Amino acid sequence: MKIVVCVKYVPDAQGERTFSSDHTTDRAGDGLLSELDEYPVEEALKLAEADDGEVVVLTMGPQDAGDAVRKSLQMGAHAGVHVLDDALHGSDAPATSLVLATAIEKIGESGAVDLVLTGMASTDGSMSVVPAMLAERLGLPQVTFASELSVGEGTVTIRRDGDASTETIEASLPALVSVTDQINEPRYPSFKGIMAAKKKPVETWSVADLGVDASQVGLEAAWTKVTEFTERPPREAGQVVTDEGDGGAQLAGFLTGRKFV
Amino acid sequence: MAEVLVLVDHVDGAVRKTTHELLTIARRLGEPSAVFIGDGYDAAKAALATYGAAKVYRVSDPEVSAFLVAPTAEVLAQLVEQTSPAAVLLASSADGKEIAARLAIKTSSGLITDAVDVQPGDAGPTTTQSVFAGSYTVQASVTTGTPIITVKPNSATPEAAESTPAESDLEVTVSDAAKGARVTDRKPREKSGRPELTEAAIVVSGGRGTNGNFEAVEAFADSLGAAVGASRAAVDAGWYPHANQVGQTGKTVSPQLYVAAGISGAIQHRAGMQTSKAIVAVNKDSEAPIFELVDFGVVGDLFAVLPAATEAIEKHKA
Ligand SMILES: Cc1cc2nc3c(=O)[nH]c(=O)nc-3n(C[C@H](O)[C@H](O)[C@H](O)COP(=O)(O)OP(=O)(O)OC[C@H]3O[C@@H](n4cnc5c(N)ncnc54)[C@H](O)[C@@H]3O)c2cc1C
Ligand SMILES: Nc1ncnc2c1ncn2[C@@H]1O[C@H](COP(=O)(O)O)[C@@H](O)[C@H]1O
Repeated sequence: MKIVVCVKYVPDAQGERTFSSDHTTDRAGDGLLSELDEYPVEEALKLAEADDGEVVVLTMGPQDAGDAVRKSLQMGAHAGVHVLDDALHGSDAPATSLVLATAIEKIGESGAVDLVLTGMASTDGSMSVVPAMLAERLGLPQVTFASELSVGEGTVTIRRDGDASTETIEASLPALVSVTDQINEPRYPSFKGIMAAKKKPVETWSVADLGVDASQVGLEAAWTKVTEFTERPPREAGQVVTDEGDGGAQLAGFLTGRKFV
Repeated sequence: MAEVLVLVDHVDGAVRKTTHELLTIARRLGEPSAVFIGDGYDAAKAALATYGAAKVYRVSDPEVSAFLVAPTAEVLAQLVEQTSPAAVLLASSADGKEIAARLAIKTSSGLITDAVDVQPGDAGPTTTQSVFAGSYTVQASVTTGTPIITVKPNSATPEAAESTPAESDLEVTVSDAAKGARVTDRKPREKSGRPELTEAAIVVSGGRGTNGNFEAVEAFADSLGAAVGASRAAVDAGWYPHANQVGQTGKTVSPQLYVAAGISGAIQHRAGMQTSKAIVAVNKDSEAPIFELVDFGVVGDLFAVLPAATEAIEKHKA
């Protein structure tokens, strides 16, 4: 079984996140493998361990995004692909999905891909649309928000916890599956894993290597435009009281005063 | 006036409130055309007329509903082709966003997700989104193709505008490619009798501070007619269902009032509640970051404060 996992390098959520002058996300400063993309890596590793499979991690992003590939290799992935090109700066979700889809097809040239795994959302943009766009472009069945996953003869079966029900969904392979943070407990890289990762193959591809026209990616090619952004004014400091026996009554008083009762 | 396609979000014809909101927004942009897929149209009809649908496109082919999001995207792509709408509006649910994403690729159109406001503009609709855990507000518009916009619940106040929609049945053929994934089993979740989390006007959430006992949180919520939410810590501990989790990897809520009890206010939790109109917290640690957000906060033990508040509220109501 050959599995491709899409992993994204994101700014640290704890740090300040801002916009650059060109209205793109400012990616300066420390970043890391999106925590939500550790789950598909872990799931891929478990599947690969069960049937001697191969896990290839794929990222598109600036130079530092190589860290996301490295961390995945340290966890146990076998090979990495980093799509790196200045032309990609400012790419929106359609362009990102175009590049990732083309890269997945190229990865498939050296042996068909059975499963593409992604995270449930990126922790920075958090649109949760890249997986569906990828499936559309690759012509693959798509099952999203898997909280449990198993692979059988030519099929993948997942559990999804929806709003109104818990669903079991079955798709034929090859398929694209996005997984939630409920699915597993991602492993930490071991010392051995960290050493082994140094010898694992990582390919760096440019947009031209993929045969994608540079005019189809990047900020200029975006299908939407940010016209304005404003920092939300900090919430005005509210009233905080300490409970000395009448905290509940004060709370009720606030709520009735504001007509919430 | 150009049509604005609105995908009706419903369960067996019970139209969700978000659709009323979408129809209200659609009237600002053009003439609303509701797209109704699945069974139960008779039950849905009145709601669509009340909120001003000028047309309804109906699709009752069971194949469209059986195979998750891909066939619905095909239906909408067909309608975009036929009607050249001014915009396509969908609810910002997981399914809504996936349908929108596929539609965007199929029609080479720009997609804006999680809009909290949509207004007409000179060059098509202008949207407002709240990003980076609610710390920035962004205005954006679509520059390529048909604007496809998913709108968060509670982004507009539904306004009635009675109409007599022209109905038409749509014939569709679902491609084989769209039939790759199907639901093989569905276990309905137990109904709590409380409002839907993402649509509720008031949400009361409990965290690790409940220590697994949600009784005080639930009783307080019920006194306010509120939905109950939970932090990830409470969900991970198995104290409350994941469907009730508020935050980055749970639901995003934007109610009139959000109450956090025994929740510290981690950035991932904030991401799911920061745009609430009013915020209240009960926490025994006066240094808890949640207090940075509150309109009203009580430093105290939730097991003392919530029952006392519940009692006072019940008394006030009586
Ligand atoms: C990728 C990722 C995604 C995440 N997604 C989410 C998400 O969607 N939603 C989410 O909530 N978290 C999410 N988290 C987790 C988040 O970082 C926090 O760990 C979590 O929100 C903490 O939950 P808590 O506030 O209930 O617990 P704690 O941080 O432990 O806080 C408990 C609070 O309860 C107070 N307390 C204790 N006893 C009492 C009492 N008797 N009365 C009153 N107060 C009391 C304490 O003072 C404390 O402030 C995510 C984390 C990651 C890494
Ligand atoms: N630049 C990228 N490189 C690799 N994978 C990505 C990239 N952007 C998004 N993804 C994948 O798509 C998922 C959802 O991302 P998003 O749609 O941006 O919320 C992530 O969890 C990743 O698996």
